[in-house]
Amino acid sequence: MKKMIREFIESNFFYSFSRTPVAIGSFLTTTILILCALAAPILAPYSPYDPATLNLMNGFSAPLAPNSFTGDVFVFGADDQGRDILSTILFGMRISLFVGFSAVLFAMILGVTLGLVSAMVGGVVDAVIMRVADVQLSFPSILIAMLIFGIAKSITPPEMRNQMAIWVLIISIGLSDWVQFARVVRGSAMVELQKEYVEAAKLIGVSQFGISLRHVFPNVLPSVLVIATISLALAIISEATLSFLGVGAPPTQPSLGTLIRIGQGFLFSGEWWIIFFPSIALLLLALSVNLFGDWLRNTHNPNMGIK
Amino acid sequence: MFRFVGDPVENMMGQERTDADIELLREKLGLNDPFFIQYKDFLIDAAHGDLGISFRQGRPVVDVLIERLPATLELAAVSAFLAIFLGVSLGVYTAINPKGWFTNIILTVSLIGVSLPTFLIGILLIYLFAVELGWLPSFGRGEVVEYGWWTTGLTSVSGIKAIILPALTLGLYQMTMIMRLVRSEMTEVLNSDFIRFARSRGLPEGKINFRHALKNTLVPVITVTGLQLGSIIAFAIITETVFQWPGLGLLFIDSVQFVDIPVMASYLMFISVMFVSINLIVDLLYAVIDPRLSISGTK
Repeated sequence: MKKMIREFIESNFFYSFSRTPVAIGSFLTTTILILCALAAPILAPYSPYDPATLNLMNGFSAPLAPNSFTGDVFVFGADDQGRDILSTILFGMRISLFVGFSAVLFAMILGVTLGLVSAMVGGVVDAVIMRVADVQLSFPSILIAMLIFGIAKSITPPEMRNQMAIWVLIISIGLSDWVQFARVVRGSAMVELQKEYVEAAKLIGVSQFGISLRHVFPNVLPSVLVIATISLALAIISEATLSFLGVGAPPTQPSLGTLIRIGQGFLFSGEWWIIFFPSIALLLLALSVNLFGDWLRNTHNPNMGIK
Repeated sequence: MFRFVGDPVENMMGQERTDADIELLREKLGLNDPFFIQYKDFLIDAAHGDLGISFRQGRPVVDVLIERLPATLELAAVSAFLAIFLGVSLGVYTAINPKGWFTNIILTVSLIGVSLPTFLIGILLIYLFAVELGWLPSFGRGEVVEYGWWTTGLTSVSGIKAIILPALTLGLYQMTMIMRLVRSEMTEVLNSDFIRFARSRGLPEGKINFRHALKNTLVPVITVTGLQLGSIIAFAIITETVFQWPGLGLLFIDSVQFVDIPVMASYLMFISVMFVSINLIVDLLYAVIDPRLSISGTK
């Protein structure tokens, strides 16, 4: 363990990291935001989804000003139903991150599997998978996610919709995002399959499955992780966009996008804080993950260029 | 597909319905037929230009689409123009002056522009220009003039005012993409030998930059721009929702929420046709821009 840590600290990767202020800053911001989201039940000053603790008199409290009826103080203000904005952001970020991570994980598993199968089996299977990927790549992923969401919504019975919404969201974002993984994994796996260690593995009788999982997969993993980081930023933005459009997280489990959607209604009446703070949270989250992903991509492979 | 996705008849009938009415409507819409028959009917009708009847509005989908089409195309055209014009000129500027303070500002803003979700940019613009300053309207198309079946907002002052914010919002992402691409391509070309040769011949700076350098950066720029134009129409969904712009995107979002399958299917078909035709036009443009590519097939 100690050796591993020392190797890590002496690696090029860590050297580059410690010399890039943007990388350190974005990594720290991301980590802090994730920790805040994880610790939401402890950190949040109020529990925004427990109707028993809400007081409608607190509605529209301005940030940091004591409410004129109850005297309660809210750091980021309160929304129309008297919910503390800071608490809703913390809980909302949890949902945004949960959906983002799960969707990327789903896309990663699907894409890596299909990419490996494509490279190992070849022939018709390869052609079919790659044509499907091409077709999907020619459409913007947000459109595909919306389509899948629409179909899924109509299959699920109405009383289940609110509970299922989060899972439907994860699957639709995941399905719209697997192509990147599949293409990169297929490309790198094809290169790896030509190498001598694969020949050697074949000679000693390792099965196709064993070769792809034990020998090829570890060698394509770094590229996969880089794409996963960039995909995470995209997934968070996709989730927020879908929720903002009203085809994502339900009002009973609001994500940052849903909070912004709710806040938009109060933009004209002067309650700016209801939309302002969730937007800032989303901006920080998306920007820091994005910057970190960019740095990771440039360090890992400077020639990957702009997407 | 139609039979898996809920029961549209429930949405279409009013409170006072009898089982016989439901059965009649279902028969009329062909919803009792087997899946493959329904699909065959759909294909044949679509080939004849009949995309079915909107479950929600009870009108032919073609009429609904045509009514919404001008708004979306107008918005897409204006924002594509903004994106290309501003993107190319800013890209050229930042490539020619790589170290200027203005370049740094542009690059920083563009990074934020790429990371921000479209709808946040829209809300930000609304807040700044509609709520705080009150210069521009925050929703709708303004005054619209009809020319036959085409409606336009571009001939009236309020229409032009109304299109500024949505077009900026929609085009910003594409603008930053084009700008970054032009910048990186042009920086590469400016460092190549033939530019150095042009300099040593004593050609004026403007001629080198625009006649020699810019022309050679255009091929990749046109590819990306072409693909981005397709996504402008698709991303109009978001912008149209933020600004309540009565176009196809708003129609699509409504149809997703109300499970209006014929409208969803037709919109996606329309988008696919747009994508394919844009790709075709881009491919044909290559030959015009770079004559070397047109003879590659004959050898």
